[in-house]
Amino acid sequence: MERYWNKEIECMSREDMKKLQDERLVAQVKHVYANVPYYKKLMDEKGVTPDDIRSTDDLYKLPFLTKADLREAYPYGLLAKPLSDCVRIQSTSGTTGKRVVAFYTQHDIDLWEDCCARAITAAGGTKDDVCQVCYGYGLFTGGPGLNGGSHKVGCLTLPMSSGNTERQIQFMIDLQSTILCCTPSYAAYIGETLHDMGYTTDDIKLKAGIFGAEPWTEEMRREIEKSLGIKAYDIYGLTETSGPGVSFECSEQTGMHINEDHFIAEIIDPETGEVLPEGSKGELVFTSITKEAFPLLRYRTRDICVLTREKCSCGRTLVKMSKPLGRSDDMLIIRGVNVFPSQIETVLIEQGYAPNYQIEVDRVNNTDTLDVYVEMPDEQFSDIVKDIQQKEKDLVYAIKTILGINPKVHLVPPKTIARSEGKAVRVIDKRKLHD
Amino acid sequence: MLIKQISVFVENKPGRLSKVTKLLAENNIDIRALSVADTKDFGILRLIVNKPDQACDALKQAGCTVSITNVIAIGINDTPGGLSDVVECLYSANISVEYMYAFISKSENQAYVILRVDNNDRALEALAENNFTILRSDEVYDM
Repeated sequence: MERYWNKEIECMSREDMKKLQDERLVAQVKHVYANVPYYKKLMDEKGVTPDDIRSTDDLYKLPFLTKADLREAYPYGLLAKPLSDCVRIQSTSGTTGKRVVAFYTQHDIDLWEDCCARAITAAGGTKDDVCQVCYGYGLFTGGPGLNGGSHKVGCLTLPMSSGNTERQIQFMIDLQSTILCCTPSYAAYIGETLHDMGYTTDDIKLKAGIFGAEPWTEEMRREIEKSLGIKAYDIYGLTETSGPGVSFECSEQTGMHINEDHFIAEIIDPETGEVLPEGSKGELVFTSITKEAFPLLRYRTRDICVLTREKCSCGRTLVKMSKPLGRSDDMLIIRGVNVFPSQIETVLIEQGYAPNYQIEVDRVNNTDTLDVYVEMPDEQFSDIVKDIQQKEKDLVYAIKTILGINPKVHLVPPKTIARSEGKAVRVIDKRKLHD
Repeated sequence: MLIKQISVFVENKPGRLSKVTKLLAENNIDIRALSVADTKDFGILRLIVNKPDQACDALKQAGCTVSITNVIAIGINDTPGGLSDVVECLYSANISVEYMYAFISKSENQAYVILRVDNNDRALEALAENNFTILRSDEVYDM
């Protein structure tokens, strides 16, 4: 039997949902125009006033926001409420100017946690469940979001954060966790460790997992489901819009229902910005229609997706988005961390290397690996092996400092990294996430 | 008296080594001695040749990462303990050996040792004081 956290909203008729969105959008645009000079300027430049936005049919008239805008407006430029009304800050993992800081009023926290509660309920969670949250806690939205959702549902919540896997498993066994929330790669690792420790799925009580914050495949889903004896649900979100729970999977496991009462989704052509009809593949754009402190209008996620309103067997009428099928920029998500090749390039140049490099990303035993191949200039060469190994270690450290993840660095002779005509092939992603 | 050694950075992949040796052959370079240090990813080929500058230029032109390093060549008796005496001498003088390699000469009872140390001047001094035969570069190149 399908469970809903808010059946009225989740199964609302299309007409009623549009009406709700229309009202909320009109009010939100007025709120933003009056309180966010940065966005008011964008609207003025486009010749759009709040009076031009009478319903969601007028959404296309509004200007887009991009990550570049968020950077430019950092930290307070897109804030729509006085700081005294805000109660929380969350931030993205980016560490080199790509960081996004989002603000929340108590109302914003409530709606975010409500979205997570819908995801947990769709995964079968009730107040009788024990929910083990192993997303990172802190500035990262994963831990706080699912933690809050779990409280709302009334689950007994284990705020484990990530890491210390053997302890995670000990708690899972001793306290009989029934729901696991973490990144899919960590879930796979927990499954592996469980079996390495000599346990089987008979020793645990898990029934469901809610996994997100990084791309994963259907094969990986089946693998996790088998090794932990659970049903694995996908969840999607981004700090810019609130965090996890913008959309979530139901029992059908064929895409994620977007919480449309809070977020209006559009698919656009990433080149022209033109809105594409339902079913088209394009860039996902979100408009927050209920958030108070950090209400982004038409925020370009750079995730390439497809939206569908086909009837879902779970009974929900909320529009469904596919798993992200790729990116419209060159961002990579490695072990849940956003990585831009340009960040690695900057490190190489600072360390005295030419920007002749290649990044190879792979997934070995369900964990992402990052290999960086760098051509060694004559000045860096030494006839002593340990000197070269030290240079590799220095680069590993410098990249780790910037990205927060450990790469393997390989120095290679000049001209051995394939040159291509025109644009260099900087990234080889062997993970096969999108086919 | 120091000897010029050429060091070549070689990726640990099939065909990389033969590219270097072929190039040397084409340039009529005669190899006197060599050693390879290797890791999982790369190797460093160290060569003593008859025409080091010419060899270095040819390799550079072909796009190789190559450098010239000054090393010491000494002659020792090809008998048990011959090498031990040298190492003992350097150790006593507090000189670190980064690496070394040896080869046997055409003349009887003679072996040669190439030494890469952390301080060439002090090493030469210590070796001379202990009456080791230090080879001149022309002796090595034209061997």
